[in-house]
Amino acid sequence: MNSVIHVSNVSKSFSKHDVLQDISLSVAKNEIYGLLGPSGAGKTTLIKMIAGIETPTSGKITVLDTTMPSLQIMKRIGFMAQSDALYSELSGRENLEFFASIYGLKGAKQRERIEQTAALVNLTDFLKKPVNQYSGGMKRRLSLAAALLHEPEILILDEPTVGIDPVLRQSVWNELYKLSENGTTILVTTHVMDEAEKCGQLGMIRDGRLIASGSPQQLKESTSSETIEDAFLYYGGVRHEN
Amino acid sequence: MRIRALVKRIIRQFKRDKRTLAMMFLAPLLILTLVSLVFSGNDYEPKIAVISDQQPVADQLEKTDKAFTFYESSSKAEDDLKNEKLDAILYVNPPSTKIMLEGSNPTANKAVMTTVDKALKAMSPLSDQLKTLQPKVDYLHGSPKMDSFDYIGPFLIGFFIFFFVFLISGVSFLRERTTGTLERLLATPMRRWEMVAGYVIGFGIFTIIQSAIIVSFSIYVLDIMMKGSIWYVILITLMLAITALSLGTLLSAFAKNELQMIQFIPIVVVPQVFFSGLFNIDTMADWLQPLSYIMPLTYGGQAIRDVMIQGDGWSQIYDDVLVLAGFSLLFMVLNTLALKKHRKL
Repeated sequence: MNSVIHVSNVSKSFSKHDVLQDISLSVAKNEIYGLLGPSGAGKTTLIKMIAGIETPTSGKITVLDTTMPSLQIMKRIGFMAQSDALYSELSGRENLEFFASIYGLKGAKQRERIEQTAALVNLTDFLKKPVNQYSGGMKRRLSLAAALLHEPEILILDEPTVGIDPVLRQSVWNELYKLSENGTTILVTTHVMDEAEKCGQLGMIRDGRLIASGSPQQLKESTSSETIEDAFLYYGGVRHEN
Repeated sequence: MRIRALVKRIIRQFKRDKRTLAMMFLAPLLILTLVSLVFSGNDYEPKIAVISDQQPVADQLEKTDKAFTFYESSSKAEDDLKNEKLDAILYVNPPSTKIMLEGSNPTANKAVMTTVDKALKAMSPLSDQLKTLQPKVDYLHGSPKMDSFDYIGPFLIGFFIFFFVFLISGVSFLRERTTGTLERLLATPMRRWEMVAGYVIGFGIFTIIQSAIIVSFSIYVLDIMMKGSIWYVILITLMLAITALSLGTLLSAFAKNELQMIQFIPIVVVPQVFFSGLFNIDTMADWLQPLSYIMPLTYGGQAIRDVMIQGDGWSQIYDDVLVLAGFSLLFMVLNTLALKKHRKL
């Protein structure tokens, strides 16, 4: 199988607290893979390990056939953190210039990519404004643009649509579909059940365990549930009975 | 390339945060000016009692300067001196002249000496013998060794630079962590040492400006004693600033928020004041003395004073500069290691 992200038997604990236990999953190229689970379930820790920021306590993560963490692979990953990691004193453009330079984009290429990503997230008219005058949604979009600058093959997004209005959320998802069609593999976390339906593949995480995975359709059918939420409750309940 | 991006970003952020820039550049100037005014006010008018068996001499002294007052009884004058109503008593009994200084205030001592010196030189040929006489000086308190701003100024320059750079760089680096931008940077291929180097260079540019402003202000405006080369002083303060910068960013790894960063001041910054040379290290308890060797401000403070007061050159200060460079390098390496807590690679 043509998988770009491969997580096998990964566990992670901070001091004595086990955050993730024995997680295995793989994400195919071009796929939009959603990690669904309540906050505190360990989603962020998992994607941080995939992005190369954290290291697993046990198990192995390979991205693009390379064991993570690897600085070489990190160049090919775009990461959007849960908090808007932006420099509020700087303007939107200056923020993008900074992140573009870190990924080695310069000169005309840098300007071109900044224009393209800013247009993609509808911020072209606001690039001169300092970020501390941005609304919450604008900051999220700028963070997304910053993650897209270097045309990453893999895009990792931690709760990208939190605090964004439904219209904008739709437009962010449309962008993600477009990127996916163009060959980008996308890993996204969410705790919003209906948003999970938009993903091609889903992994349900609860209390540090992967309780189910498959396409939203499969997950609903195999539990004869109407909604993803029901399916989540079903799988969550099964574990409790054990 | 990545370091340059970081340096450029820091410069831009600084330009937007005018208040922090003002604190870094102007706050030390304000405090130095206050200290300079307190310790060396030029307008101090001394009160000097004149005791003399020759009435005309006393009268003439009273005429030359209103600082002088004729006292008939020397015991009354001595009482007033003890009660700090007088700064000095001048005994003029030719052929001997004697000055008794109150002595606890260096500024007053200086003012008395200048006034007496001037008055005696201005005396008419009538008392020609007085001109050639060098008055004998006695102290009620203190000693002639006591000095004022000239003496403590060099340390204060070093100390304020250290203090403000430590605080500002520490808080900035801390904010990088609390706002999530550090994590964001760690998701990029930027190496840990590149991050530390970028910070040192970015802030370093502003500390060069800061050092130049503070040192020139002290020398040209506050008129602090300056025997050596201003370039050496700027070099030493710059090295001290980079030490403070690397120490501040290192320690910010162990603070959870800005308040905890400020809590490092009494632990890390204040103790250095006692070892910087502002107070005499030799008179300290024996077990305390070795502590001065691990304090960066000891080396910086001594070197600045050596240049400013003794006029020392490169051959006398290079070892202090090297020690400061060593401290900076050590703190930078430790900071690179401390960042491992956030990303192993």
